[in-house]
Amino acid sequence: MPEAPAPAVDGWFTTDAEPRLIGARCPACGTYAFPPEVFACPNPRCESEAELERTPLSPRGRIWSFVVNHYAAPPPALSPDPFEPYAVAAVELADERLVILGRVAEGVSFDGLKVGIEMAIVVEPIILGSLELVWKWKPVTA
Amino acid sequence: MEVEAGDRMTANRVAALGVGMHPWGKWGKNFVSYGVVAARAALKDAGIAWSDVQFVAGGETVRNGYPGYVAGATFAQALGWSGARVATNYAACASGAQAIDSARARILAGLCDVALVVGSDTTPKGFLAPSGGERRTDADWLRFRLVGATNPTYFGLYARRRMELYGETETDWAQVKVKNAKHGLANPNARYRKEVSADEVLASAMVSDPLRLLQICTTSDGAAAVVLTSLEFAKRHGIADPVKVAAVSTVTPTYPQTAIEMPYLSTDSAASVAPPERLFRDAIAHAALEEAGIGPEDLSLAEVYDLSTALELDWYENIGLCKEGEAARLLHDGDTTLGGRVPVNPSGGLACFGEAVPAQAIAQVCEVTWQLRGQAEGRQVANAKVGLTINQGLFGHGSSVICVR
Repeated sequence: MPEAPAPAVDGWFTTDAEPRLIGARCPACGTYAFPPEVFACPNPRCESEAELERTPLSPRGRIWSFVVNHYAAPPPALSPDPFEPYAVAAVELADERLVILGRVAEGVSFDGLKVGIEMAIVVEPIILGSLELVWKWKPVTA
Repeated sequence: MEVEAGDRMTANRVAALGVGMHPWGKWGKNFVSYGVVAARAALKDAGIAWSDVQFVAGGETVRNGYPGYVAGATFAQALGWSGARVATNYAACASGAQAIDSARARILAGLCDVALVVGSDTTPKGFLAPSGGERRTDADWLRFRLVGATNPTYFGLYARRRMELYGETETDWAQVKVKNAKHGLANPNARYRKEVSADEVLASAMVSDPLRLLQICTTSDGAAAVVLTSLEFAKRHGIADPVKVAAVSTVTPTYPQTAIEMPYLSTDSAASVAPPERLFRDAIAHAALEEAGIGPEDLSLAEVYDLSTALELDWYENIGLCKEGEAARLLHDGDTTLGGRVPVNPSGGLACFGEAVPAQAIAQVCEVTWQLRGQAEGRQVANAKVGLTINQGLFGHGSSVICVR
């Protein structure tokens, strides 16, 4: 049987019909972190030693900035052959006040990308045909 | 005992007695060979014998195997074991500044009088990439694997913010390249010594849109070294008025770091803690200026890390040469061009050098030293008295050095 696609990293996002990024939240001071693997509360003034709780993050945010890459990134990045340009967006989550990087989803027109537009998380193979799943950002269309 | 602020500032000073470099290029040789050339040049410049050096600080390179990880000892062995103490510093692009900091601290602590700082690198062609192996707990590995986030990806994100916030265009940024290319024409250590027109910049290949190839620096081989001594030693050595290191800023960010920084995939959260008064790059400059007891208006020149042309403009604002959003105007008014109010990157900057990671922050200090001595032939800033270098290493490493004469 062929191998099934699986998350490239464990515990950073869910893969159900409405996927979410998983962050960490300090039960004492309320600050968030992504990725969720933190070893202590990142807030230097928080003295709580309580373990941070895993929590789903907002599924939508707005583009803080983005780029379109016209050259293949070197390994360990994955690139299609022949190479196709790909976009990377930094998306700001309003409630968590986090800006999170991600690839822009397959098939999205680069022309539609603008700072400030709303994006939603989707889960896709890192590149077409890859068995490693990752979160990506996709414009929310009305 | 009470120490006045002024005394403390003066008390923090050490002499930059000698500087030297191996020219930047793509020479393809062992990095140790460049380091030896730079070290010998700095020792000769200082008039000091290698056997008189008591402490060697090396900037680590991660691209050259074990000898690179123990660069301080590698250079000490190459120059001939002399019993000197050694240290090796790694702080990515800030490694050189950290090596300078460790040498300075040792001198200020009274543990030695004469220290040699050396950084050298041999770089592969193309994008800088993480070290080999599969490391799914390493933020640097993960940013490449999961997101394809190369270094120019981050530079492009910052550049597009400038477009969005200040209405800048790639035509504005091209003038940074034009300026730096002109500055570096006569610099014997620069890799690229050729004028570049704005049209050439705008016709170059798109890399990380909005940044084209000629808006981004390359990677290079090169080495730089500086001999630091106590002021008393410099005096005894017959140098009454040496260039002095007045400040070294190696600060880390303050939580929450709300700007996305290499190699991270996320910022810190500002949900429950307000962003700090100064974001990281502002804080790097502020700590250096405060330690030197001066303001940005006192600077004669600055050597800033122009990893991209747009990033050079960020630094103008981070240092305080102008207000946020006014950097392009400063550039277009000629303030940062040789002959202007505060020339930036009179060496030609990374635009003319390309980056040799552990050597670059030391090279910035070499240039400032030559400028303050009036020895920067063909690129001299008139009447230079105070120079600042600034840079940042990934994983939260600040790097800024202020030299005075």
